[in-house]
Amino acid sequence: MRIYALAVYLFLYIPIGIIALFSFNAGRHASQFQGFSTQWYGKALSNPFVMDAFQTSLTVALASAVLATLFGTMAALALQSVRGRLRLAFDALIYIAVMVPGIVIGIATLIALVTLFGWLNPILAAIWPFAAKAPQLSLGYGSLIAAHGLFAMALVIIIVRARMAGMDRSLIEASADLGATPWGTFRQVTLPQIFPGILAGFLLAFTFSFDDFIIAFFVAGSQTTLPVYVFSSIRRGVTPEINAIGTMVLAVSLLLLITAQAILQRGRKAE
Amino acid sequence: MASLEISALTKSFDGQEVLRGLDLSVGDGEFWALVGPSGCGKSVLLRNIAGLVTPDSGTIRLAGRDVTRLAPAERDIAMVFQSYALYPHLSVAGNLGIGLRQAGLSRADTAEAVRHVADLLGLGPLMNRLPQELSGGERQRVAIGRAIVRKPSLFLFDEPLSNLDAALRVHMRIEMADLHRRLGRTTIYVTHDQVEAMTLADRIVVMNAGRIEQTGRPMDVYHDPANMFVAGFIGSPRMNFLDAGRLGRPGRHVGIRPEHITVSRVSGAVSGTVDHIETLGSETNLLVRTAELGFVTVRLFGHQEFAANETVHLDFDRQRELYFDAAGQRLR
Repeated sequence: MRIYALAVYLFLYIPIGIIALFSFNAGRHASQFQGFSTQWYGKALSNPFVMDAFQTSLTVALASAVLATLFGTMAALALQSVRGRLRLAFDALIYIAVMVPGIVIGIATLIALVTLFGWLNPILAAIWPFAAKAPQLSLGYGSLIAAHGLFAMALVIIIVRARMAGMDRSLIEASADLGATPWGTFRQVTLPQIFPGILAGFLLAFTFSFDDFIIAFFVAGSQTTLPVYVFSSIRRGVTPEINAIGTMVLAVSLLLLITAQAILQRGRKAE
Repeated sequence: MASLEISALTKSFDGQEVLRGLDLSVGDGEFWALVGPSGCGKSVLLRNIAGLVTPDSGTIRLAGRDVTRLAPAERDIAMVFQSYALYPHLSVAGNLGIGLRQAGLSRADTAEAVRHVADLLGLGPLMNRLPQELSGGERQRVAIGRAIVRKPSLFLFDEPLSNLDAALRVHMRIEMADLHRRLGRTTIYVTHDQVEAMTLADRIVVMNAGRIEQTGRPMDVYHDPANMFVAGFIGSPRMNFLDAGRLGRPGRHVGIRPEHITVSRVSGAVSGTVDHIETLGSETNLLVRTAELGFVTVRLFGHQEFAANETVHLDFDRQRELYFDAAGQRLR
């Protein structure tokens, strides 16, 4: 049993370990370690295409995580007062959003957006009052942020709701009894108690968007996110530079995930 | 004048009736206890009075004013919660003062009122501690202090002593009685512990399945229950319910409390064998197996020695017997 478990873990982590190892390779070869060097990190960080893709990824991840956290938290709060069948339907929809494969979300979002733009762009052109050409909606930052934000919102709802389930309801009642307004109760009681969940949700939403390739591949339009850049580069062969980028993305993601987990753990202990 | 008048109060959750038309009239300064098995609606009734739950129909009047649709803060009511519900990030002083601050009282006036209550409850040395640094009894005292500092017309207590250990509960029970005597405010007290209800309250309300089964002074409810539910719920060990036909009594059931049965080793109306003995020192409880009446619980005062399977003879105090019809209603 233990050997099987070990084998599974090795199978999972050896490829990742090799990428990290070869990112420090002094030579060009992807299969032959020729000494330690950080030159590929330098190369990657000074490559304007990489930096451009990195900036796009960062912007999209930040914007979609902020939106997902804001609307996810509001949805989680609102869902508290929904009961019965409606609640069941909402729960199912949220879990489905998390379970549906990324490729399905990617294709569906692409088709939906292209159809929508196909309707809206002629209308926009028709009502545009100036002589210059009317602006046209197209895929890009907006569609990336919307697609990532929607998916991540489901994650935030689940995390914040789990946090709310462990909350002492009588504290909210006591706050009302003590004369606090609903907003005051939210600020003094609810928010401090669910804050670890909100923060963890934000970090997970950010990580999800930063790492995502499949959805971004479909809806990015002319924009290139870091995972999309890595994918297109690999078609010309794996270079140690790609290994270095992969290792950096991995490090950032791991750091955020561990932070999120630590926040949730500490929040649990504080009760 | 802070009397409480409740009429025809109903409340349903998800189509399930939790309160089925309750009427209650509490006089100024009285201490009322709501008792009943869990799920009987006593806590929901309390939450309706507090304004934390809005009733489907019916009215709640406090001191002559209709408060049915008012927000909790507008009702001049303070509630003490079972879990104490202290703000974890505020000190004892902060917890005591927050209600007054939110009502718009100045910092100085709040501090003065908080100091007064802290003296009353002996919380002085704890003022800068956080709730998590307090013992259960101290938290309880802070929760009570947070309610009385606001000088409300009506106090609501939701099983306030149920999280304390037995010794502390007895101590706090005496403190609660003392506090009520000194403050003289109208109080509604929810408990599942009938000892608390009997010892603290001027009136007790026995609830079951969303209805009030009986309201009255503790001893009236004890000696003169309206039906089998109340008779069985109040009193420990539980009242015996025996077959009236076999005893040749009116109605369907005969109710007799365990202490109203005498035991003899020589002769008696009914014979049986001792099935189980509980010796508590101050009292001895016997579970007697009889051929014609089934199991009968008998309570004897003091320490009495019996052996398991010993044959005993029981006599019932006929003056104390209560008779009930098939529906469980009392026959008088």
